[in-house]
Amino acid sequence: MKPAPFTYIRPDTLDEAVTALAQHGADARVLAGGQSLMAMLNLRLVEPKALIDISRLGELRSIRLDGDMIEVGAAVTQAEFLAWPQLKEKAPFIARALPWVGHFQTRNRGTVCGSIAHADPSSELPLSLALLEGEVVLRSKSGTRRLKASEFQTGMLQTARRDDEMVIAVRFPAGVGLKGAAFREVARRHGDFAIVSVGAVSAEKGAVRVGVGGVAEKPACISIGASMSTPDITDRIERLAWELGGHDDIHASARYRRDLVRRMVPTLIGEVRACAK
Amino acid sequence: MREVTTGETVRISLELNGKTVSGNATSRMLLTDFLRSELGQTGTHVGCEHGVCGCCTVRIDGVAARSCLMLAVQADGRRVDTVEGLAASKDALNALQRAFRKHHALQCGFCTAGILMSFSDFLSRNPNPDEDEVREVLGGHICRCTGYDGLMKAIMEAAADMRGKTPSHAGAT
Amino acid sequence: MTNDADINTHSNAKLERDTPDNSAPWVGRSVLRREDAALLMGAGRYADDVATPRGTLYAAIVRSPHAHALIKSMDTSKALALPGVHHVLTGEDIRAISDPFLIVLKKPIDQWALAVERVRYVGEAVAVVIAEDRYIAEDGADLVDVTYDPLPIVINPREAVRPDAPVLHPDAGSNELSVREFTYGEPDKAFAEAHKTVSLEVEYPRSTYTPMECFVVVANYLRGDDSYDVLANFQGPFSIHPVMARSLRVPGTRLRLRIPADSGGSFGIKLSVFPYIVLMSLASRIAGRPVKWVEDRLEHLQAANSGPNRVTKIEAAVTENGRVTALRFDNMEDYGAYLRAPMPGPLYRMHGATTGAYDIRNLAMTNRVVVTNKMPAALVRGFGGPQLYLAVERLMQRVAIELGLDPLDVIRRNLIPAGSFPYRTCAGALYDSGDYQQAIDKATGDGRLDDLLARREKARKEGRMYGIGFATVVEPGMSNMGYLSTINPVEMRERQGPKNGAVSMVKVNVDAVGTVSVTADLTVQGQGHATAISQIVADRLGLTPDDISINLELDTQKDTWSIAAGTYSCRFSPGTAVAAHIAAQRIREKVARIAAKQLNTVADDIDFGGGRVFSKSNPDNGAAFARITGTAHWSPVLMPESDEPGLSETGIWSPPELEPPSSKDEINTSLTYGFVFDMCGVEIDPVTMQVRVDRYVSMHDAGTLINPLLAEGQIHGAFVQGLASALYEEIVYDEAGALQSGTFAEYLVPTACEVPPVELMHIETPSPFTPLGAKGLAEGNCMSTPVCIANAVADALSLKDVPLPVTPQRLNALVCGAEAAPPAGMAAAPSKAGASDAAITGDGSVTVQASPADIWKALLDPESLKHIIPGCHSVSTVTPDHYRAEVSLGVGPIRGRFTANVKLSDLEAERAATLSGDLTGPLGKAQGSGHVTLTPEGEATRIDYTYGVDIGGKVASVGGRMIKRAAQIVIGQFFERLAGIASGGHDGNPDTADASGKSGSWISRLLGGKK
Repeated sequence: MKPAPFTYIRPDTLDEAVTALAQHGADARVLAGGQSLMAMLNLRLVEPKALIDISRLGELRSIRLDGDMIEVGAAVTQAEFLAWPQLKEKAPFIARALPWVGHFQTRNRGTVCGSIAHADPSSELPLSLALLEGEVVLRSKSGTRRLKASEFQTGMLQTARRDDEMVIAVRFPAGVGLKGAAFREVARRHGDFAIVSVGAVSAEKGAVRVGVGGVAEKPACISIGASMSTPDITDRIERLAWELGGHDDIHASARYRRDLVRRMVPTLIGEVRACAK
Repeated sequence: MREVTTGETVRISLELNGKTVSGNATSRMLLTDFLRSELGQTGTHVGCEHGVCGCCTVRIDGVAARSCLMLAVQADGRRVDTVEGLAASKDALNALQRAFRKHHALQCGFCTAGILMSFSDFLSRNPNPDEDEVREVLGGHICRCTGYDGLMKAIMEAAADMRGKTPSHAGAT
Repeated sequence: MTNDADINTHSNAKLERDTPDNSAPWVGRSVLRREDAALLMGAGRYADDVATPRGTLYAAIVRSPHAHALIKSMDTSKALALPGVHHVLTGEDIRAISDPFLIVLKKPIDQWALAVERVRYVGEAVAVVIAEDRYIAEDGADLVDVTYDPLPIVINPREAVRPDAPVLHPDAGSNELSVREFTYGEPDKAFAEAHKTVSLEVEYPRSTYTPMECFVVVANYLRGDDSYDVLANFQGPFSIHPVMARSLRVPGTRLRLRIPADSGGSFGIKLSVFPYIVLMSLASRIAGRPVKWVEDRLEHLQAANSGPNRVTKIEAAVTENGRVTALRFDNMEDYGAYLRAPMPGPLYRMHGATTGAYDIRNLAMTNRVVVTNKMPAALVRGFGGPQLYLAVERLMQRVAIELGLDPLDVIRRNLIPAGSFPYRTCAGALYDSGDYQQAIDKATGDGRLDDLLARREKARKEGRMYGIGFATVVEPGMSNMGYLSTINPVEMRERQGPKNGAVSMVKVNVDAVGTVSVTADLTVQGQGHATAISQIVADRLGLTPDDISINLELDTQKDTWSIAAGTYSCRFSPGTAVAAHIAAQRIREKVARIAAKQLNTVADDIDFGGGRVFSKSNPDNGAAFARITGTAHWSPVLMPESDEPGLSETGIWSPPELEPPSSKDEINTSLTYGFVFDMCGVEIDPVTMQVRVDRYVSMHDAGTLINPLLAEGQIHGAFVQGLASALYEEIVYDEAGALQSGTFAEYLVPTACEVPPVELMHIETPSPFTPLGAKGLAEGNCMSTPVCIANAVADALSLKDVPLPVTPQRLNALVCGAEAAPPAGMAAAPSKAGASDAAITGDGSVTVQASPADIWKALLDPESLKHIIPGCHSVSTVTPDHYRAEVSLGVGPIRGRFTANVKLSDLEAERAATLSGDLTGPLGKAQGSGHVTLTPEGEATRIDYTYGVDIGGKVASVGGRMIKRAAQIVIGQFFERLAGIASGGHDGNPDTADASGKSGSWISRLLGGKK
């Protein structure tokens, strides 16, 4: 379990990083925290010709409030974000979901952006970004663009990132879920990838926005209006379960995943509604 | 910009347990292999090389991390602390090490170094943890021998000991 | 460091004698471990830490992605051309210079250190690349090009014994290698007279207590004397040493095996390093250099070792009040692809103790040994016990349920009466001591069974799923080396001569300055044996444990050892510990004679204590231990006449109770028999269906505890492993033989977060058969905990059949019944039915603005196929209907290079075709077929497809979470591209194969078609 050979590049500036990426394109992978990428390299599931290490780029190490958005740079670790003093106040949902990402030891190096760029269907951070309707900031030599969460993740491990682009930040709307936020995850062991994860936040006009990870190829979100009756909610969740479909793996059948959606989602909606009152 | 091409061998320097040391590495050499083979620090163990078991946990600039998920070249110029730096001699074990011994928190000892390094970071940042917090951090390690019972007791006691709430007895003469 | 503060007085096992009184014996006290300081400082000396000889090369192993296949060809040229690669060994190379491993059964099921001609399980070693470092060796391994002819496979043992099953070892004629029937007492009569027969079928799954340290071998072929010097973390039994030497074609003395000072756990598993000891020895011989191999976790989880899975049909003949008068077993044990020595040990290790804790005099048993296309089974802690007790203790619960009795009453009613020990079971075990009633009374009393019952009642009133389970286990310690010969019929045993015993050896030396040192015939795995031995020897010599120096490295050329050597079957306390006691006692007696002469008294008057040797009658008449013992080195002239100079004694222990099997197949399988009684309450989470252990009580009687702290450490460890077997760990193969539990993300070892507290209790009924009264105790909970939890789950949910491990998805299926149909207008998820019996199946359809003729043309044209096949670099035509392609496939960042064979058949021009083929590459292999039909729809054509794919090799074992979706994505691409090409020359963008999620939209965009 040793990586295949590659050229290691550690740029000193973001411009150098983007230039290196432009040069190597699809043959390069960007290394930030490495908590997914390094394991895949060791397993030789990924064999890039070049590895561009952005973990030391000071330009990417900041968490800042930009208007009503929280912008998290690509070198910010999950542990640093979790320790951000304003997290509970500005992003109560993330404060709940982030402790479920991996373990203490992996959060210490794993980055917020790296998890989103990796686009694992079972990860908590892509679900958070989708649920909160955040954005991903991509940089290439030709400039910077922002994609909505729904535009960015296109499938399992797949994103709209072009080969010459790198994620330099993600942006979460601040203040979402202040009236109620809930997160629950079912995994075989604590810290494992979710079989099903469900997030819910209070939205405008008393609605509850619900996101589900782990079941479909990417997180899926629905909105439950304030006036929706219990039978209608049940019906909506049943439809959601079938829309997501699910898949079989050794830890969970598609059917078990759908059953978890049926049993978990109503509870979380209830919790958020209770908070909102 | 630092570039290490395929097949090239470069000199890596780092501050290991307070001393500056150096060794040779290729671009793809894992930090675990560098510590063990190049620097002779065999106290850091290799258990899975995919980031799950926690045997290889060391501290990078003070922060506990899996050394199998890091390249040697990434550690260049950084501070790396390993289990070898925890005690100067067997008579000078630290509070965590003493508590491990007292509570039989290790058997084969293979996972032990990683757990010690995780908690030397964690307890320095969270001196007063409750059992659930300790269990969650311990959950980032696999121990096959002990069943975790002695580990939980040892870590809770060491935390209290380090806070100075209870005087240290374990291992003292 | 051993002084009062070094006694742990917080142990639950605190006993009366656990006092800080230095005059009290050290045995029985919780002395802290002498092993710890080095391990806590990172100063352990594990196999991978030890210095290697100069010039050592490093090995990587090429492994089979196939569960069953013929090796058609092997091309090593690309690997050999890689700078840094020195040699590549193949099965044909080693066949010329080695022999297959000897096995227990006289059956033609040859296994070499590398696969020869045929592979029989995923992960079987097929070649070794030897290079300057491990990184380059792995590069080389990826370049070894092996082609296989896949063969039919069989995974389930029930299917393996059918007459039409594919046979793994054709020369053996059948996958059922041995069937033996045993009868004790009059079982048929008992069943005929029974009030009722209660029956059950249980299946114990495959799991492994994978140690944190993997296998390590450093082999050095010494040309000077044609011998092999090997360092490896082998655990024993050393009965395997002759097996290795025979395979290497050398006498045992020319295979020097050295075991390092520390080992990162074993739990039985590190027996299975032995084929690699031979393999790396051969590699060193061929390379002409020392060769080191360190197994990685992927290799370990796919090929190291598994416990055997066992299907047991069990029946009890019972009286009206729940007394069991007879048991009948049909055991079918699945050993995987080969029967490695000492298999089929697990099927026979418990033989004498088959009736467990119960006084049952009639027993019938059929034992079947079966092979299937899975990794070979071998030693795993518990070794036959978990499999046996799952059947027996689940059945006892069924007896209670079917008779309307209390399960604990049924257990009590059948227990061997107190006061009847030593007790001879009907199958020949001689239970040394015990008081099962007392143990259960104490466990249910102090362990508060009433509290458990109240918790259950309260939970059930509130509609929660709560159950209580019990389990009793008789835990064997130190196996009789002759037990395995029970597998042979009496006549064969008589021809071969008796096999029995379990020889233990320990050597105690006293040097010229009175320092005591000890070596022993065990292998270190972390149990703390050095600490325990130091206590035993200190007691004999009036010293403290710290005065005793202990080296537990083992060297087969320099140490005393027998075939029983090693650490396994709980042989330490009943075996090696006794040999240490005997050796120290011999030293004591000799020193007493030396002292008597110098102190002008008789040896019987000599006592030891406080580092002195003195006269009992006049304690002032004495001298320092060092002074007296120095005589043996410095002053032979002062030695008593009967004694030779020097002070070195070997203690040899072979208890007489370990007799060979009798002519009636009665066998005392072990020397000591401890007792475990467990009870627990579990609750099933109604949302997740996860089993939560609410309370767990475990009572042990292991005779005298040498060191309660170490004893409890063993019990805690075994408990969590038992819990793992009950709820988490499983080695999973799919229907096509692909291993799916290849990483620690798939093979779920519990962490601290999954482990409930356990309440431990002890009673002590010392064994009369061992001088220390101690019994084995480290395996009990591996045997009791899986079935105790299974019984509790059965109680919670009123289940008869409880599948192990009891995973949430399994309970969900059992509890929730059939799923309701989807709401109107919504499609059900694709079902496996119909298309194929492959592991991954699916179907789809694409509508294209093209005629069937155009599509047909695209399908038959190699140039078009190049664009249709995802990630295709080149296509060559083998025959008109058979193409070979080089492709890069993957999803997201995961990408691998494969060679693909695509065949077209069942061609119905412009209407239908079957595409079948396979893929192989370093990431794994796939085999599959798809059926395509073309239906004109106006100017367009609808392409309908169904497919079935089996994926194996690395990608299946490490990517289980994503593999099915990834396969669906890639297959979807193929047909979408087919549509693309057919509708007018769209280039399928052959260099990227990750369109997938987007493909629905891009195909619509490009083709104007609709999906």
